[in-house]
Order: sequence, then structure tokens, then C-alpha cells
Amino acid sequence: MATTTPRVGHKPRTARHASASSGPLVVRPARRASRRKRRSATLTALTVIMLVYTLLPLAWLAINATKTQKGLFDSFGLWLDGDFALFGNIADTFSYNDGIFTRWLLNTVLYVVVGAGGATFLATLAGYGLAKFDFPGKKAVFATVIGAVAVPGTALAVPTFLMFSEMGLTNTPWAIIIPSLVSPFGLYLMWTFATDAVPKEILESARVDGAGEFRTFFRISMPMLAPGIVTVLLFNVVATWNNYFLPLIMLKDPDWYPLTLGLNSWNAQASTVGGEAVFNLVITGSLLTIVPLIVAFLLLQRYWQSGLSAGSVKG
Amino acid sequence: MVAAPQAGVPGARRPSASRRRSWVGWRFVGPFVAVFALVFLAPIGYSIYLSLFRTQLIGGTAFVGADNYTEVLGDAQFWSAFGRVAVFLAVQVPIMLLLALLLALAIDSGRLYGAGFFRISVFLPYAVPAVVATLMWGFMYGTRFGLVGNINEAFGISLRDPLSPDLVLASIGNIVTWQFVGYNMLILYSALRVVDPALYEAAEMDGAGQLRIIWAIKLPALRGALSIATIFSIIGSFQLFNEPSVLKSLAPNAITSYFTPNLYAYSLSFAGQKFNYSATVAIVMGVITMIIAYAVQLRGLRKES
Repeated sequence: MATTTPRVGHKPRTARHASASSGPLVVRPARRASRRKRRSATLTALTVIMLVYTLLPLAWLAINATKTQKGLFDSFGLWLDGDFALFGNIADTFSYNDGIFTRWLLNTVLYVVVGAGGATFLATLAGYGLAKFDFPGKKAVFATVIGAVAVPGTALAVPTFLMFSEMGLTNTPWAIIIPSLVSPFGLYLMWTFATDAVPKEILESARVDGAGEFRTFFRISMPMLAPGIVTVLLFNVVATWNNYFLPLIMLKDPDWYPLTLGLNSWNAQASTVGGEAVFNLVITGSLLTIVPLIVAFLLLQRYWQSGLSAGSVKG
Repeated sequence: MVAAPQAGVPGARRPSASRRRSWVGWRFVGPFVAVFALVFLAPIGYSIYLSLFRTQLIGGTAFVGADNYTEVLGDAQFWSAFGRVAVFLAVQVPIMLLLALLLALAIDSGRLYGAGFFRISVFLPYAVPAVVATLMWGFMYGTRFGLVGNINEAFGISLRDPLSPDLVLASIGNIVTWQFVGYNMLILYSALRVVDPALYEAAEMDGAGQLRIIWAIKLPALRGALSIATIFSIIGSFQLFNEPSVLKSLAPNAITSYFTPNLYAYSLSFAGQKFNYSATVAIVMGVITMIIAYAVQLRGLRKES
């Protein structure tokens, strides 16, 4: 993997921006080149230890997803068992209990598409609004939202549950989707990003041309915000895909479970009286749960890493 | 994209005449604020309301003023849960952030082989759901088909069970560190990326060594990102729930129903039906978290100036 990944998805547009943002683009590679000679084997060796720590559990998961339940108990944890049962395990994961895993997967996708997608849209709109407009109450909005980042989300879970239960929303997808729509951190990231990514001169000229604010936003600003949007979207997707506490509280009916809650219920049934232990399915299901996110992160890393760098300017 | 060190550039954020003050901005901010009010502000208000009442077997629900709060302050189970996350916070967070800082500096130094691969690999656990991470580590900790069991068998030794009551908190600390060290590293690394390289060159020309550069340029540049990472870690520690909740089925004896304040609030509501008291516990924890997060933020900002 190249260490000199192109860092920006949008080009600088004015002389001022060019001089400011070409730093990482132009000067860095030069610095890199001069340093290449001085790569340190000692430093690399130390980070390899960290790499082993990071990847070992994932390797363990992948290796053990190839084992039957019996093989899990009989074989060494970091080596393959005699029979390779990965495909059998995958088939069993999808067919166990009338194929409820598929249902959980679809639920998760629904929560992610509507929840994380909606959260990203709302955060982009609002971050842009805070960055580019002056309006009455702006300071209050900003202070409240930033203050909310420090409010422990789970502290709100119980009252949110009680409120939603009075509104008849518990045990429905809305109970997961609506709270997922708000991402104060996403708003913060979009605000810092939009402040610098969209030059006010361009907005001015669009106004002079008589374009409406929303038209300007969708046609002109959105493309410039793309790296920031991808970053916020990925973080929201992870948050929604990995959500556990909220569904645990809100959902009783396993038909609405997301993957996290479903996997935990499979694991927990081993310790209940008369429950069937399906450790091989828990392990294979876990692997299937993390693969999509890891693939998304790897494929989109150019975009979200540049978005993160830009967002951290005011970190 | 304007890098922070370009202080000579007139701040793009400074309000200018071109930004007309009007209500147009509300059309952009409004939808967010509406949902925010529903899922943040309303529950906060509702939980404050709830915390002022109590449901008794005889007499139904009655207004009790600050009684619930007095009860929390004298509640041994709450304080034992609080003490546990405080210990966790004092030990796990510094270890994790120091590791993240060292890794970010190592990658930024340009002296690593395969830095790009390393950066993305260490970050990957962040994409692993807490439930999956806990199940995975929980199995690996296990003495039945876990690695600890394997090692014991292979070497004929008896390592202590990571899921025993006195080790389980450290085992959870390891899971959390594994999940978030790469995330924090990336936040810090991103902050390092926006430092103007000309500063390093100037420093090198002045004869500054690497350590001096780290001390005089990189650490000050990281202060804001570090204080944000610290605040998120504090909030995360006080909210600890997923890991102990999932581990409970693997280690039922080591994890009590009041292992962390959040687990306690959850058990009160959903096993005990004590909703009012549970809301009070949540508020007290929320206030403590905000005070500590705020104090850290002030410290971080004061150092910055």
C-alpha cells in the first residue's frame, strides 16, 4: 500500500487555497523521499508487535470459522482442524432457526441505510448551515449540540425507551432508526469541513446568478463536501451497524433484531437450560458481520482518511 | 482545507459582510435540530421529571423531590460500580492513549516500513462491533477452546483464568484497548498531517533532533486532538456497558448486575422495574461525566493558549 496516498478528493480553487492546501500534496512527497533512506528497522519491529496484537484475534476468528463445533474443542486455536467446515458453517448460519440470520442481516442493512444515511444527510445539511450562514440562534444551536457530545448517550437510553414506549414505537424499526438519525460528532466534523472546503466566493457568485440556496447546496457545495460526507457516512455506518445497547433495550421481538443482538442471543442460549450451544455459528456469524465493514473501510480509505485530516484542522 | 499553521491567511471563518444574517440558515439546521430535540433534549427533560417521582407498592407514584438523589448518593452498589469504571478510566485510558500517541508519531516519522498497511490494520478493530469483539476475545480467554486453554495444555502450565472475578476488569480493558487504539491513533495522526512540513525543515536546519521536534512542534500540534480523544475516552469509560453485558454470559460469576453504572441502570429498569431510580442513576452519571469531560477540556484549552 502506498504511503503517499493522494490526500484530497477536491482540488484547491483559489490561489489562497492552493498555497495553503498544497502543503501536504507537494512538499510531503519530497520530505518522504529524503527520509526513505532512514527507515528504521527497530521502529518497524516494535510496530510489528502491535500488528500481531491487532490482527491475531481477527486471524483467530477466521481460522475458527472453518471448524465444526467439535473441532473447536479438539484443535489448537490458531491452526486449522482436519476438516474444513467454513462453507458448511456459512450455510448452517444462514439456515439455522429458519434462516433468521438473513432476517437480522436485512434488518441491520435497513437500520444502516435509513439511520446512518439519514444521519449523514442531516449532519451535512446542518454542518453546512452552521458554516455558511449567519442566523438568529446560531450560537445556541452550536453550544447545545456540542454540549450534547459530552452527554453519555446511554444515559439517555432508559428515558428514551420510556418515551418511545408511550408513543408506541418500541419493538418497531423506528425505535432504532430515529435515535440513529442524530450524530453530533458528524455535525461537528461536517461543520469544520464545510468551513474550509466551500469557498465563499463561489457561493457569492451562485447567489449573484440567482440560484436558490438549496440548488447551490446540491449542485455546487455537495461535490466539494464529498470527502467529508464519506467520512461522516462511514463513521455513522459503523455506529449503526455496531449498535447494541439501543436495540437491546428497544426490541423484544427477535424478528427485528440487528446482527449484534442476534449473535449475542445465539451465544447466550448455550448457557440457558435446554439451550443448544452453537459456538461454530456464533463464530462464523461474527466473521460474516465484520467482513462488510472491513471491506468498506478498505475500499473507501482514500476518501475517509482525507476527510478526517481535513476535519481535524481545528481538532 | 486551510492548514492550521498558515496563520498569515486571514481566517476563512471570520464573519464577513457577504454572510447576510437571515433565517435562511435555519432551513439547513432545522431538520437536525428537530430530531435532536426529540432524541436528546426531550429524554433529558423526561428523565429529570422521572427522577423526582417514585412508585411504591402502596400509594402508587408519588412526588418525592430529591429523595432519589439522596438514595443514589448513599447507594453502595452505585458507588462500587462507579469505583470500578473510575479505576478502569485511570488505568486503561492512559495506556490506550499513550500507545495511540506513540503509534501516530511512529507512522508520521516516515521511518516505518509498510506504514500505510500498518495504519489501516491497526484501525480495523474499530470496524468490529463491540459484541463481536467481546465474543471473540471472550472465546479466546476461555479455558475450554480458547487460547488460554491451548497454552495451558501445550506447556503444561496453568495460567490464571482471564474471566475470573479479579481479572475480568483487566480483560475488558484489553478488549477496549484493542478496539480503540487504532481509532485514537488515526485521530492523532490526522492532526499531525496538517502540520506544515516547512516547520520541520526549519527546525532541522536549526539543528533540532527528532525528539526536540516531537516535543516542540508535534506535541503542541496534537493538544487539541489529544484533549478530544481524552474526552471521548472518558465518556466511553463511564458508559461501559456492551463488553461486560456480553461477557456476562461467559463469566456469570465475575460480572454482577451492578458491574458498571450503566449495567446497574439497565438492571434497575429492565429486571427491577425501578424506572424512576434508574433515571436518577443515569442523570447522576451523566452529570459526573460532563463535569470531568468539561474539566479536561478546560485544561486542554488553557494549555493551548
